[in-house]
This record gives sequence, structure tokens and C-alpha cells, in this order.
Amino acid sequence: MLCMSLQAGEIPLGERRSGYEFMGRDTRAMQDDDSTNPALFWLMDGETLWKRKDGVAACSSCHETMKGVAARYPKVAGGRAVNLEQQINACRSERQKAAPLAYESRELLALTAYVARQSRGMPIEAGWNERTEAGRALFTRRQGQLNLACTQCHDDNWGKQLSGTTIPQAHPTGYPIYRLEWQDMGSLQRRLRNCMIGVRAEPYPYGSAELVDLELYLMWRARGMKLETPAVRP
Amino acid sequence: MARVAITAPSSAKKGEIIEIKTLAAHVMENGFRRTQEGALIPRDIITQFVCTYNGVEIFRAELHPAMAANPLIAFTTVATESGTLEFKWTGDNGYAETQSASLSVS
Ligand code: HEC
Ligand code: HEC
Repeated sequence: MLCMSLQAGEIPLGERRSGYEFMGRDTRAMQDDDSTNPALFWLMDGETLWKRKDGVAACSSCHETMKGVAARYPKVAGGRAVNLEQQINACRSERQKAAPLAYESRELLALTAYVARQSRGMPIEAGWNERTEAGRALFTRRQGQLNLACTQCHDDNWGKQLSGTTIPQAHPTGYPIYRLEWQDMGSLQRRLRNCMIGVRAEPYPYGSAELVDLELYLMWRARGMKLETPAVRP
Repeated sequence: MARVAITAPSSAKKGEIIEIKTLAAHVMENGFRRTQEGALIPRDIITQFVCTYNGVEIFRAELHPAMAANPLIAFTTVATESGTLEFKWTGDNGYAETQSASLSVS
């Protein structure tokens, strides 16, 4: 434990709320009923891909269940944080000897959703380490032409209105999500890049160490909260 | 890859109102958007959805360009007799999907 002290803006554990709780009734109903959540297409595709032999083997040739795995990601190995998408791609290239899948491709979102769905309802497990520290530094640093830090919106002003939307607390509990605005499924990194573009900052590229560190910090910030993958968001 | 999904009860009591929910995986490209180079992206939408119950049409919907991708259509009907519910989506560029579900009524 390097530093667990409460920062000025940090949300007390008991006051944390998933983005779900800031949504309207219709959007919540869409998430509550698996048969009305369009993410079901990605889950079905994910299951097909999971069982399909690609390269030398199928995911299912080596793995049985993925229960609990998504609740522990990103994981830190050798001083580097690796998120779920990257772990899946590592298995594709190293174990299956197949080509890695592009970020935000339908296939990678489908496999990630299929794996993460198996941890739905499970509490996020995340310890503190030097990558989390790096993630927090990014979260609290002002950036972009608007010169705003993530913490200013998500720790200090959550619950308030910003041009018609309620600012949520930025918990990564539902990813990958089906987002109504995108009319599509998207990863946590896509969401983070959206917020960076929102403050007119140059977003970090998909898969960059910075985005994975941020993911890791968000998971630590949401430790103990339950996963709801695949969530629906406005 | 999965294209349509139906949620309907497999059995019901005679006279019972049953809810049917359908989703179709579709971009619903509205035909008004342009690429970064300014070229119009052609319209590509589902235009019609029809449900029949033992061959008799019980529900029909016309779909239009302002509708969201992956449209969700939910409706109810009265369970009258055992048989088959058939679902058909049609649209631009020869899009056609069918699906069926059987219902036993007691
Ligand atoms: C100007 C205020 C603002 C700033 C700064 C900002 N965000 Fe956001 N963020 C939002 C709003 C508003 C939403 C919800 C958007 C919606 O629902 O349409 C959001 C959504 C999110 C979500 C999705 C939460 C969920 O429930 O799925 C995450 C995660 C997130 N932001 C992380 C970040 C990170 C990381 C940063 C810094 C790089 C950041 N945000 C900077 C306003 C902000
Ligand atoms: C030839 C066997 C093999 C295949 C095929 C394979 N994996 Fe793996 N996978 C492993 C091994 C061994 C590990 C643990 C060591 C490691 O982290 O690389 C692992 C680890 C994982 C983990 C992390 C588990 C954890 O608890 O941290 C995930 C997620 C995963 N695999 C997903 C997949 C997916 C998705 C596919 C298909 C695209 C796949 N794997 C294909 C052997 C395989």
C-alpha cells in the first residue's frame, strides 16, 4: 500500500453509485432485461467466437469458465498493466497463433463482452500499486483546451447537469457497454477517449499504457462495486 | 453471426395476453449522413416488420430513417391456439430475415 489516503475530491466508499443510477427509467429497463439489451448480439457472437477454432485452437479448447476474471482486470505483470482486451489478444497471438483483433472491432468487443458477462454481479477486486498511482496522476491532471481534470467532473461535480446529461461518477462497472449515443457497443477506452475529446485534449491511442493505467485506477476507485457487463448507457 | 433475436413464452393459457420482444441487428443508416470526404452514405434501413400467428398477420410495423440501430420491437397478443409465430423483417438492399417460435396453448 503506497498511498490510500483520501484525496480532497475523492468520493467516500459509501457514496459511490454506478452510472446505472443516473440513467432514465427507459434506459435502466433496457439494461435490466437481457432480451431488450442490444448487447445480446455481441454476447451471442462472443460465444460463437469462443468455441470456434482459430489458428491452432479455440478459446474453449484451453479454458472452461471465465467467471470472476473480468473483476480482476486490468492486471499488472512485469511493471505493466494489461487490460482484458489485451489479454484476449495475447491469447490469440501466443496461444492460438492467430492474428490479434483490432480495438473496437466487432470480434474483440464480442469476446470481451462474453468473457466479462461471466463476472456480472461479482465485486471488483483491485489492489493499489505503482500503475494505479500513475492512473490516478492522469485522473487528477488538468488537460485539453478546457483545462479540466477528470476528477473535477467525476469527483467534484457528479450528479450535476452538463448540457443536458447528468455527470456520473465514472465507474467502469459496465464495460463493454451498449451506448445509445453510439448506437453501438464500445469499450471503456472508447468512453475514456470520448471524455478526453470532450475537454479538447488529444486522446491517448487505443491500447496505450496511459489508458490502461486509467482503467486500473478506475477499477481501484470502484473496488467492491459489482460488475454489470454488458451495461446500457445513454 | 447472430442477426435477430426473439423473446416469447413457449407456453401460455388460452386467452392469456403474452408479450413478444424482438431485436434485429441492423445499422439503420439513415441516408442523411456524410463521410469525412463529404460523400453521402446511402440509406440502409429495415423498412418493415411483420408477425404472423399460424399464418394470420397479428402485428406489422413500418420503420423509418430516424429509428435507432438494432431496433427493439415489443408487442402483445392473445394466446388463442397452439402453433407457430413467424417473424419477418425486410429492408433496403435486399435485407430479409425470418425467425419463428412455437407456442403451446393449454
Ligand atoms: C467536463 C466534464 C467531464 C470531464 C472533464 C470528464 N468527463 Fe467523463 N463523463 C462526463 C459525462 C457528462 C459523462 C456521461 C456522458 C453521457 O452519459 O452522455 C461521462 C462519462 C464517463 C464515464 C462512463 C461512466 C459509466 O457509467 O459508464 C467514464 C468511465 C468517464 N467519464 C471517465 C472519465 C475520465 C477518465 C476522464 C478524464 C480523462 C473524464 N471522464 C473527464 C463528463 C466529464
Ligand atoms: C492453447 C491454450 C489457450 C488458448 C487457445 C487460449 N488461451 Fe487464454 N490462457 C491460456 C493460458 C495458459 C493462460 C494463463 C497464462 C497467461 O496469462 O497467458 C490464459 C489466460 C487467459 C485469460 C486471463 C485469465 C486470468 O485469470 O487472468 C483470459 C481472459 C483468456 N486467457 C482468454 C482467452 C480467450 C478469449 C481465448 C480465445 C480467443 C483464449 N484465451 C485462448 C491458454 C489459452
